[in-house]
Amino acid sequence: MIPPAFDYHAPHTVAEAIALLSSLGDDAKLLAGGHSLLPMMKLRFAQPGTLIDINRIPELRGISEQGSVIRIGAMTSENELIASPLLQAKLPLLVEAALLIADPQVRNRGTIGGDIAHGDPGNDHPAIAMALDATFVLQGPQGERQVKALDFFHGTYMTALAEDEILTAILIAPFAAGTGSAYLKLKRKTGDWATAGAAVVLRMAGGVVSHASIGLTNVAPTALRASDAEAALLGKPLSDASIDAAVHAVRAICDPAEDLRGDVEYKTAMAGEMTRRAIRAAAARCA
Amino acid sequence: MSKKIVSMQINGKTVEEAVEPRTLLVHFLREKMNLTGAHIGCETSHCGACTVDIDGQSVKSCTHLTVQCAGSEVKTVEGLANGGVLHALQDGFYKEHGLQCGFCTPGMLMRAYRLLQDNPNPTEAEVRVGMSGNLCRCTGYQNIVKAVLHAAATLQQQAVAA
Repeated sequence: MIPPAFDYHAPHTVAEAIALLSSLGDDAKLLAGGHSLLPMMKLRFAQPGTLIDINRIPELRGISEQGSVIRIGAMTSENELIASPLLQAKLPLLVEAALLIADPQVRNRGTIGGDIAHGDPGNDHPAIAMALDATFVLQGPQGERQVKALDFFHGTYMTALAEDEILTAILIAPFAAGTGSAYLKLKRKTGDWATAGAAVVLRMAGGVVSHASIGLTNVAPTALRASDAEAALLGKPLSDASIDAAVHAVRAICDPAEDLRGDVEYKTAMAGEMTRRAIRAAAARCA
Repeated sequence: MSKKIVSMQINGKTVEEAVEPRTLLVHFLREKMNLTGAHIGCETSHCGACTVDIDGQSVKSCTHLTVQCAGSEVKTVEGLANGGVLHALQDGFYKEHGLQCGFCTPGMLMRAYRLLQDNPNPTEAEVRVGMSGNLCRCTGYQNIVKAVLHAAATLQQQAVAA
């Protein structure tokens, strides 16, 4: 399969890329890792007249601590996330999740920004970003703006990103001391999307849950933040009863699409089960 | 949709060609460079038969544009043997029966090549994870894992001897 013909640009700065996006309009698409876009182009699900390859823009790469947040350049690859000592120490959830995405070769090309901006509910970073309360930095002709992960995803393949904007970075506060986290992803095989996935971030204080955030992968038209499930855990000791209540609340918000991975009932049940296991794993990691 | 002039190193040799932006690297290698080792399997970056090495990383060449390789160093399975002497990995796949039909083998070899560059002494579990982006429908993987471990041992011995 060969993609339809297109023009190709490889700018070296974000400003150049935005200028190209502005002049070419919606006929242009950004090329990040290409492991969603190129297969879609082969199948004619996408037929952009121009690809703007943003792989040669150094300012879009890298992971650094900037004051109270960790800044991850949007074009940072999954394998770069996995190898980052900073993330291993301060945001291990991202490392754990990246290891469950695709396979070693694809992780060399696939980027955190591409995974998010694509708006596919089957991608893993959206739910992770929600559980981490991440902020996305969007840059366009009018300058820069910030959008919370919670407000970014509008529907399948629909996001807050305007056609002339680029997602340049992801900002996340490092874990406070004593934070435990886990990402549980049910998949049929290496490289598969989640049948259901749950990301949990937990902190305990004085024997009760003092912080809980839960993100869900691939069980609705977008990733979900499970606020009711979080509320079921907060302020109580962790018990079978409170976890059951959280699982029940997770199931209540699931709206998965039936496909070869399972029907609606099965995926909903698995979202609950992944949540249950992720809560227990995160609790065990609370230091 | 004009062609772009792209120059890169392939197996140590500099090449320069005019290519359409939509030309995938695997097609360029097979049809323009006559390097037919990288195979076209699934064409959707799942099977790994098209795996080559680009700038020190394993990449699935069915999901990479040739124009993206401008200035890159590409290594394919044709670059593994040295003057007719099999690479330790090729010898390992031969000795441990790491293939039957052979379709996946070039991708397996190139992925294993990078895996052993990054981790010269892997455990069996590390080999299985490291090779998890390559599918084989014949062997059941056991002999592929053995072959990679065999090659790792050989390369370690060669390094000590040198």
